[in-house]
Amino acid sequence: MATEIDNQDPLVRVKNLRVSFRLDRENTFDAVKGISFDIPHNSTIALVGESGSGKSVTSLAILGLLPPENSIIHAGSEIIYGGRNLVDMPIRDLRALRGGDISMIFQEPMTSLNPVFTVGFQLEEVLRLHMGMSGRKARARSIALLQEVGLPDPRRRVDFYPSQLSGGQQQRVMIAMAIACEPKLLIADEPTTALDVTIQKQILDLIAELQKKHQMSVLFITHDLAVVGEIADHVVVMRNGEIREKGPAKQVFEAPQDAYTKALLKCRPQLDRRPVRLPVIDDFMNGSPRAAADLPDRKRGVLPGDPVVLSVKNLGKSFYSREGLFGQREFKAVKDVSFDLRKGKTLGLVGESGSGKTTVGLTLMRLHEATTGQAIFEGRDLLALSAKEFMPYKRRIQIIFQNPYASLNPRFTVGQILTEPMQIHGIGTGAQDRTDLAFELLNKVGLSEVSFYKYPHEFSGGQRQRIAVARCLTMKPDILICDESVSALDVSVQAQVLNLLQDLQDEFGLSYIFISHDLAVVKYISDQVMVMNEGEIVEIANSDEIYRDPKMPYTQKLLASIPKGFAA
Amino acid sequence: MPHDLPLKSPAQTLSPREIPHTVSPGLWTLAWRRLKSDYVGMVSLAIVGVFLVMMLLSATGLIAHDWSREVGTNYAPPSFIGADVEGGTPAAPAAPAEAPPPASEYRSQIVDPIGDVIAELKGEKVPAPASAVPGAAPGAEEKSVDPLADVMADIKAGKGVTANAAPAEERRATLPFGGDKWGRDVLKKTIKGSETSIFVGIMSAFVATFLGTVFGALAGYYGKWVDDFFNWFYSVFSSIPYLLLVLAVAAVLQQKGMLTIILILGLTGWTGVFRLIRAEYLKHKAREYVQAADAIGASNVRRMFVHIFPNISHVVLVQLSILTVGFIKAEVILSFLGFGVPVDVVSWGSMLNEAQNELILGKWWQLVAATIAMATLVTAFSLFTDALRDALDPKLKGRRGH
Repeated sequence: MATEIDNQDPLVRVKNLRVSFRLDRENTFDAVKGISFDIPHNSTIALVGESGSGKSVTSLAILGLLPPENSIIHAGSEIIYGGRNLVDMPIRDLRALRGGDISMIFQEPMTSLNPVFTVGFQLEEVLRLHMGMSGRKARARSIALLQEVGLPDPRRRVDFYPSQLSGGQQQRVMIAMAIACEPKLLIADEPTTALDVTIQKQILDLIAELQKKHQMSVLFITHDLAVVGEIADHVVVMRNGEIREKGPAKQVFEAPQDAYTKALLKCRPQLDRRPVRLPVIDDFMNGSPRAAADLPDRKRGVLPGDPVVLSVKNLGKSFYSREGLFGQREFKAVKDVSFDLRKGKTLGLVGESGSGKTTVGLTLMRLHEATTGQAIFEGRDLLALSAKEFMPYKRRIQIIFQNPYASLNPRFTVGQILTEPMQIHGIGTGAQDRTDLAFELLNKVGLSEVSFYKYPHEFSGGQRQRIAVARCLTMKPDILICDESVSALDVSVQAQVLNLLQDLQDEFGLSYIFISHDLAVVKYISDQVMVMNEGEIVEIANSDEIYRDPKMPYTQKLLASIPKGFAA
Repeated sequence: MPHDLPLKSPAQTLSPREIPHTVSPGLWTLAWRRLKSDYVGMVSLAIVGVFLVMMLLSATGLIAHDWSREVGTNYAPPSFIGADVEGGTPAAPAAPAEAPPPASEYRSQIVDPIGDVIAELKGEKVPAPASAVPGAAPGAEEKSVDPLADVMADIKAGKGVTANAAPAEERRATLPFGGDKWGRDVLKKTIKGSETSIFVGIMSAFVATFLGTVFGALAGYYGKWVDDFFNWFYSVFSSIPYLLLVLAVAAVLQQKGMLTIILILGLTGWTGVFRLIRAEYLKHKAREYVQAADAIGASNVRRMFVHIFPNISHVVLVQLSILTVGFIKAEVILSFLGFGVPVDVVSWGSMLNEAQNELILGKWWQLVAATIAMATLVTAFSLFTDALRDALDPKLKGRRGH
């Protein structure tokens, strides 16, 4: 392959790397199973894989940051840098190398910066430690670095505390710290995953620009192939600790050899197509005919005559924070939002963090008390009902949360989770009836009957989200609010859950409010799309229309930031 | 948890249609497995278990029920030292009535349990049974056929050793771990004292944990003015010096006794638990699983105690165990200071209190016995608490390596 035909030695050569974790006394888990790849000089190499693929473990192994108490790097593993094997290098030398020649950007800028020091102090500390700079010189260099990473007004912001900066700005500071010592290799572990799509685009551009300017190599770790396409020269696709495919980006994107790579490329919703059903990884791995088949596109959209199931009028929600001794400051999270949800249709709700999209969902569920507005459902205003009057309506609108790891009570068995809502609402004639219904629903969401007796921690993220869906279905709701319900899932699992949601809509005529920051997913699942910014509706229209011809400048900006995948 | 019953019963009735399933380990089972693999934790659990069994046995009267009997000479030294210590002290008022023959005394020094019996059998000590029955008339004595008859009967019945326990021989010169001022067995006293101390420690820990958990749950879950109220209450309560508060509660309750100490410790000790549980509830009520419970229509009480409580019960358990250790020590301190158990009840604290005066006379064994017992239990309990916390720490639960 092209990667290996380098006439000179690569910057880093990973050879036969095997890493295991000790689970308890007897059992170990092989996280990385003997992988080899090269990081050439002056290029960007992307390590792509889903959770559990071993991509982060690989990067931590390069830095020597694996926890020594429970990780084992097997003999014969080599990570050659500058003629030396990093695996058995003394910790002193390794420490000098980290932060110096090799540096790293982490996923969460909010937790990687120390909140009690100014960003300037933290930058200067790096410069003092590794470059031996004096106070004044270090400060001047810090300001120059902040300028370089595009932080506006760096002279003033150098004295800011991390909490005074936005997430994107914090990530810029992290990048400034990483490039402070002119590293030869920059490891970026999911640097944009926690950021909004517009910020993500800026950060990606910045990393690409810095890579060229400083002639360094970047090891870019991500789960999202679409992100990689724009910046990577080489791509390494990993799954379950093994390399499935490696090669130049063009080859991997345009002529993928491995079934898994093909699946990864296909199962993510695309902007230009909307198949009736998304292909899933298994289709490709088993060579199912569904993988190859080009399914017809599904027609989406709302006609003016479609029946309205929920009509929201002038919804407003304010949060109050104390100011001074008696004062109160009002923060309007949602301002004057009105929309109609049609029966059996999906309304996509998109916006960046802080746009108030989640607040809309929670307020409609009455998990937050609305400040103003009405939500008319079957002729009654849900927001004006007393708690007692609302009880029978409660089961009609249900919500699926973002994080399937947090939304199921870890001390309940799946059986308890599913039968509890039926008990509360008196659905089913008795315990036996409810149990039968629970089994039925488990089948419906594609889980085995044994699951009834298991605890949530025994399931993967996608399976847990199915349990959450099943819990909602026990109450036979009319409206399902999906609050970033597929955002925390791997792409392959995401496709499965989206298919499930679609099947349920077709079968039960459910109406969805689909909240997400992922524009491609929203495009795929929604009939109508509502764009929100700072608590207000920017634009609302049929989804095909809004993606084809966005009217408002904000929508245009948002759509322009969607990663386009590989562009030759 | 009451809701368990209707949920679990269908699973059992279902068995005919049921697919073969293995019972999945719950989080408690997993925690127990982790605890079992912790060597230090299991050893300390075993020690704590021994103490608890000892406490139960003594509470039911199976052992140490006769701790208050004055079985030895005053300040009888421990057997492993020997009675010569007592011989060294000029004032040896022990057992003046009997004045047993020197040979017998010598025998008893070399700890031979049936030495006396043998001596009696040899006929060296013929008058002994007579003095054992002081009320018998001289005439009656002459009428008796064989003075050794009852001793022989005992030997035949296989109770030769217990014959020693006859009141005349009661005041022994040495005891397994020495005797106190009145000649009571220190070992039995320590066992009886541990019953008091552990019982008071555990019960008051239960009271304090219960109060702290309920207050903390209410304050943390409802927030707003409920939280303010409990926080004020907490602040006022914790602003009063601890001992003063103890004295105040003691004065109000107007009596000395175990129940009083339990109430004192329980009513003053809930503050730490309250703070922790309140923080846990604050954290958990915003969690998605609680919001999900709200979404399905679960009531406040249900969310508080059915949904959240099992998820923080490990904190409660660890607090309970920390408090037990603390309260065992607190009981000892209170009894030592004289605010604790009444004089007719023995506890480690009252033993230590007595030991103050004994120490001047060089009688150290009561102090050592109480100290060793307390130190062993408290150390083992603390180590067990640490192991318990490690086993229950949810952070260790997450899978590594992704």
